[in-house]
Amino acid sequence: MDALNTALGLVASGDAKLLSIVALSLSVSLSAVIVAALFALPLGALLAVGHFPGRRILTVIMNGFMGLPAVVVGLLGYLLLSRAGPLGPLGLLFTPPAMVFAQAVLVMPLLAALTRQTSEDAWREYEEQLHSLGATSLQATATLLWDVRHSLFTVLLAGFGRAVSEVGAVMIVGGNIDGVTRVMTTTIALETSKGDLPLALALGLILVTLVLAINALAYATREWAQRRLG
Amino acid sequence: MGTIFPLSLAGVSFIPGGTPVLREVTLAIAQSSRIVILGANGAGKSVLIRLMHGLIMPTTGSIRWAGTETRPGAQALVFQRPVMLRRSALANVAYGLKLAGIARAARQRRAAAALARVGLAHLAGRPARVLSGGEQQRVALARAWALEPAILFLDEPTASLDPNAAAEVERIISDIHGAGTSIVMSTHNLGQARRLADEIIFLHRGRITERTPATLFFKQPQSAEADAFLKGELP
Amino acid sequence: MTTYLRHILLFAASFLLISAAQAADSFITVASTTSTEQSGLFGFLLPVFEKGSGIAVHVVALGTGQALDVARRGDADVVFVHDPVAEQKFLAEGQGVTRQEVMYNDFVLIGPKDDPAKIAGGKDILAALRKIEAAHAPFVSRGDRSGTNAAELRLWKAAGIDLDRAKGPWYRDTGSGMGPSLNTAAAMNAYLISDRGTWLNFKNRQNLSILVQGDNRLFNQYGVMLVNPAKHPNVKKEAGQKFIDWLVSPAGQSVIAGYKIGGEQLFFPNAPKEIPLGDAKK
Repeated sequence: MDALNTALGLVASGDAKLLSIVALSLSVSLSAVIVAALFALPLGALLAVGHFPGRRILTVIMNGFMGLPAVVVGLLGYLLLSRAGPLGPLGLLFTPPAMVFAQAVLVMPLLAALTRQTSEDAWREYEEQLHSLGATSLQATATLLWDVRHSLFTVLLAGFGRAVSEVGAVMIVGGNIDGVTRVMTTTIALETSKGDLPLALALGLILVTLVLAINALAYATREWAQRRLG
Repeated sequence: MGTIFPLSLAGVSFIPGGTPVLREVTLAIAQSSRIVILGANGAGKSVLIRLMHGLIMPTTGSIRWAGTETRPGAQALVFQRPVMLRRSALANVAYGLKLAGIARAARQRRAAAALARVGLAHLAGRPARVLSGGEQQRVALARAWALEPAILFLDEPTASLDPNAAAEVERIISDIHGAGTSIVMSTHNLGQARRLADEIIFLHRGRITERTPATLFFKQPQSAEADAFLKGELP
Repeated sequence: MTTYLRHILLFAASFLLISAAQAADSFITVASTTSTEQSGLFGFLLPVFEKGSGIAVHVVALGTGQALDVARRGDADVVFVHDPVAEQKFLAEGQGVTRQEVMYNDFVLIGPKDDPAKIAGGKDILAALRKIEAAHAPFVSRGDRSGTNAAELRLWKAAGIDLDRAKGPWYRDTGSGMGPSLNTAAAMNAYLISDRGTWLNFKNRQNLSILVQGDNRLFNQYGVMLVNPAKHPNVKKEAGQKFIDWLVSPAGQSVIAGYKIGGEQLFFPNAPKEIPLGDAKK
């Protein structure tokens, strides 16, 4: 109850710091999902449609990577982006782009695996017709992705949920710098470690509510789109 | 651009996983044919059509178009259940043209014309998946027709439709043939076969037992299996 | 297909451009410790510097050992920690340019209300530690190569206790930061050594309170170093040096002294008044 009051108080006061932390969380995770989707969606569909050597191995590996711990992704990201690492000259460590990169890597296997599953189901319906019309594997992939777009929306939401709720990756590659790379989850971790549990809980409540609201909005949008555009 | 005919099958068998579905099929199809393939369930009609269209590869034997092994693009197949993409009827028809590399403006024109020919111009903007079964099958026919195919395959195209819709589809098939396309179709419906066929090919357990001009076939089939089929003794 | 690939490349290019532009923005990266950050000092101190100089200060807060490692990889411009022994080692490796003392605070011995080792109110930290060990009272250690942890280990040694032999279930090594360790101690009703700053800001005290303080041996010195640009060419040496100069200047020192929690001063500035010999600028 204490936490609930603190949460409501924080939101009502329109605390500028809180707003910027929330804005950063949303923009980092949203960007990460978009970046990941650019690669993961075609890959997932291609795995459902294509017939190439190594397809099954790639599928197994991709499914396995869904279970990559966020903190491991963060560690690998750190080693890559550190000045002492291969991508050091880019100077991306401890910046929001680094966080986007890490979360994109984290979320990519999930998006690809879910897309593959969705595409496989649709492919069963479309395969003969698309082949009959002369579609190549690449053309079929594109057509399939567009046709299952409503389901893909849910896939993207799943990816967003995974990204916005993780703390291990962004903590390490972002450094949790006040006002620069501090997001909701790392703030919750910080406040917990400072022993300010009511505040941490309040922030947690805000985060969960936000994610629920986004999902509700997305669901409503999808329903409307489906009705209007089939 | 020369003719793709004749379509010749020589000693074609289809034996998936050791089970013979089609055996030693040899036939040739010329231009302007109107052929109906008849046979009991499981006789191999669908498989034969898919082989001719190039959707599946024969286990043995060869399939040649005008003497070459190249599969031509000027052909289309209409399935028993139409597969509509999640877009408008017009977009579905245009899709086939897009795959064929036709430019956008020409695509839209030809697709609209094809839809008009099948009597669905008023539904062009409607999402194809909300149309009735008969309407969807007509969109599928428009999609095939828009490609201006030299030969059109149909696999039991009216089996899932009510009599009115079926009649509409038969009329369109006649129109397509009238415009110069060869027709090769399978059906269960003997009346339909009588109405649409110039020639009947009868399949029994994966083998062709006869190939007879339609009028003769229905008066006096040349094979015992076909005779039994017409009398209703085969399923 | 090719249009799609073109879009991806365009996106990647703009992504990199934006990050490059960000890099050009005026800021320095300071590797410091969690205890310093959790004391709230930076929230008070940095805005003053940023306003005066126009240079933003990005503080990455880790344990002292981690902070120095981050600097060794060239990922920070300045280090600001409180472990003189580790800092000297850092300098000896050629990783840093001159160490300057900035401020000190002290450690305190925190313990439970029921005080099984009976040390409350004492002024001798070594005696207190001996009593805790003798009673095998629960004791939480950070065990994370932090400045606080290093100090704790030195105190055990000074008390004549060989931890490797004396360690038992009573000595709980959490391998975590000051805050989490305090949480653990509160939950376990255990003793632990904490820096005063984190303790004053800590909200989950439960049955804990300060039992021993004021011993000279609990003195905790903070030092600041510029990461060596000779070893790491990407270090922003002008901006970093500006920050260091400000910290030890009368202006910076008075801001440090001005930071209070509940009316109590947390950090005591003690930078030497003259510029030390051997400074790169002279």
